[in-house]
Amino acid sequence: MTDTSLTPPAGAAPRAKTSLLREDAHTSRRNAAEKRFRMYGLIAVMCGILALVMLLISIVNSGASAFRQSYVTLDVYLDEAKLDKKGERNLEDIKKVSTFGYSPLIKNAVLSAMEENGIVIEGLSDKEAGALISKEAPATLRYFVLDNPDAIGTTQTFTLLANGRVDGYFKDRVTMESAALDKNTSPEQLMLADAFLEAGVLENRFNWSFLTAPDASGQRPEAAGLGVAMLGSLYMMLIVLVCALPIGVAASIYLEEFAPKNWLTDLIEVNIANLAAVPSIVFGILGLAVFINFAGLPQSAPIVGGLVLTLMTLPTIIIATRASLKAVPPSIRDAALGVGASKTQSVFHHVLPLAAPGILTGTIIGLAQALGETAPLLLIGMVAFVREYPGSPPDGFFDPASALPVQIYNWTQRSDPAFVERASGAIIVLLVFLLCMNALAIFLRRRFERRW
Amino acid sequence: MNDMRPIERMTNTEANKITAQDVNVFYGDTHAIKDVNVDIEDKTVTAFIGPSGCGKSTFLRCLNRMNDTIDVARVSGKILLDDEDIYDKAVDPVQLRAKVGMVFQKPNPFPKSIYDNVAYGPKIHGLARNKAELDEIVERALRRGAIWDEVKDRLDAPGTGLSGGQQQRLCIARAVATEPEVLLMDEPCSALDPIATAQVEELIDELRQNYSVVIVTHSMQQAARVSQKTAFFHLGSLVEFGETGTIFTNPSDPRTESYITGRIG
Repeated sequence: MTDTSLTPPAGAAPRAKTSLLREDAHTSRRNAAEKRFRMYGLIAVMCGILALVMLLISIVNSGASAFRQSYVTLDVYLDEAKLDKKGERNLEDIKKVSTFGYSPLIKNAVLSAMEENGIVIEGLSDKEAGALISKEAPATLRYFVLDNPDAIGTTQTFTLLANGRVDGYFKDRVTMESAALDKNTSPEQLMLADAFLEAGVLENRFNWSFLTAPDASGQRPEAAGLGVAMLGSLYMMLIVLVCALPIGVAASIYLEEFAPKNWLTDLIEVNIANLAAVPSIVFGILGLAVFINFAGLPQSAPIVGGLVLTLMTLPTIIIATRASLKAVPPSIRDAALGVGASKTQSVFHHVLPLAAPGILTGTIIGLAQALGETAPLLLIGMVAFVREYPGSPPDGFFDPASALPVQIYNWTQRSDPAFVERASGAIIVLLVFLLCMNALAIFLRRRFERRW
Repeated sequence: MNDMRPIERMTNTEANKITAQDVNVFYGDTHAIKDVNVDIEDKTVTAFIGPSGCGKSTFLRCLNRMNDTIDVARVSGKILLDDEDIYDKAVDPVQLRAKVGMVFQKPNPFPKSIYDNVAYGPKIHGLARNKAELDEIVERALRRGAIWDEVKDRLDAPGTGLSGGQQQRLCIARAVATEPEVLLMDEPCSALDPIATAQVEELIDELRQNYSVVIVTHSMQQAARVSQKTAFFHLGSLVEFGETGTIFTNPSDPRTESYITGRIG
């Protein structure tokens, strides 16, 4: 190529004398090529940044509102005639009253709040007024009464969720026009909501329950939260960490430091690399076949999800660990062996501490990858609708739970547009977790990296 | 040191420390060492010289079985340390390396404190029963490594923060801390400047009081300065072995003469 022309062939005319002050054709061609290449690079980086920014903007745009929620504060009279007809405060009798029995109480509370604040809205039926409050509210009331049977017959103040449409109205998702066509709400109901907001009965505030509450059914998007999903993800990450880190590190140390180099270890090496490239859904099928059908572990349980994700994470950890073990200079091993350390001592006293930052980084990257994995979890039943929090570990590992990415997938499947906001909010939560984990990886690498 | 008159520095011992008999080393298909027989004496500095790739480092690494760490390396023949075959099946190379210490070409202190660098060997061999004893061992080793005065106030500083010559002397101190009987040095001065080299050479001469030292070097002047015995390797064979003075002034083999006079190598 161009470089070969630097030495003129024998017998060629001697090189013409040129001035250093003037760029010759060859140099300007090279410089142009360099400039072009820099531009390509810059454009590539720009494309990446643009894609990232667009992703973040669209997600934050549609998801940020999930962290705000409309709440209505009402004084609810817990009517004895409705909740405990016999008046004996017998818990068994009180339990017989289902959430349907509580709905009239809420309707009455809304009506009395309207009366109190002097709100009169033309054409608003009592039923519509009561429907301003979420369908989740009767359950909230019922749990309260079951916990405090003595409160029956008194008036208690509750902060209840507003209906998803009303909530959507304050987030510009629902308008008066769309409400007129919607059988779940009406313009009059939204006018009532406006009036309540003015009167201070209704307020929009930060939605902690989005992070703590369990999932809710398709009719109650306002009550849906990530609590069970986050707990399930956390449990799975614990299992992955506890299983994958020791197995992965032990396997890589053995392969890198102790194993003889022969066709068998070559085969293992190739297979580990292949394992990293196996589509994750295949691991799901494996988990279904081995852990659920064969080993008989429960479906939808974090233990199964964790084990499947462990299998997925292992190759990542092994590859990262082996790379960082390889990066430790052989002179350190020689030094340790030279003073009479055994192979194991040289590995554990010197090589492993030096490789630790790389191992930690690889592990955290692997965990982050596992945290965002959806496909295998669908196959082992973690897509189920789970309303109960899993118990505390270790028994909780066997309880049904959800997971963050699966919850997102689940919510995007639902018809109510309010779930779009929920799903985007959940994506924000997931991204924040991933960001935290990556930041931790960078921090650990900086903190423990040692020069030699 | 009277480096100009090496012939006057005769050895003062007859005891053989290491005896190599018909040693052959193969790296896969490469025959790296061919039928080497050599006797290394106690309390003597023996230099291995020869052109690059002649097998002197390979042979040195046989003496404490560092070649074991290379999968494809195969050693045949006998190497006796105090009349015990170090390649016997019953020999644990770890125990052997406690007796035969090694200093490498590139200074390779552990990325730990100076104290921990020296204390590591005694610790894993259980040479100290308590902290005070360990302190004593560390100080003695650093003194023998001729670096005590420079580092005594900063034993907690990282060993990697020292200068190249200091690092190499720290490595020597680390090697002597385990009280070896033989000290192998693989081109210990090749990464050092002339002043550091002089310090290390002086140190080697002092170490001769207690140890049998085997040094591989590229520099013939260095071999002439520090050693009593010299072995010349060429293409994997031991060409000539004898008193340093004889080798440098009156070599019997024409190849040795060509190398020393700079015609090969």
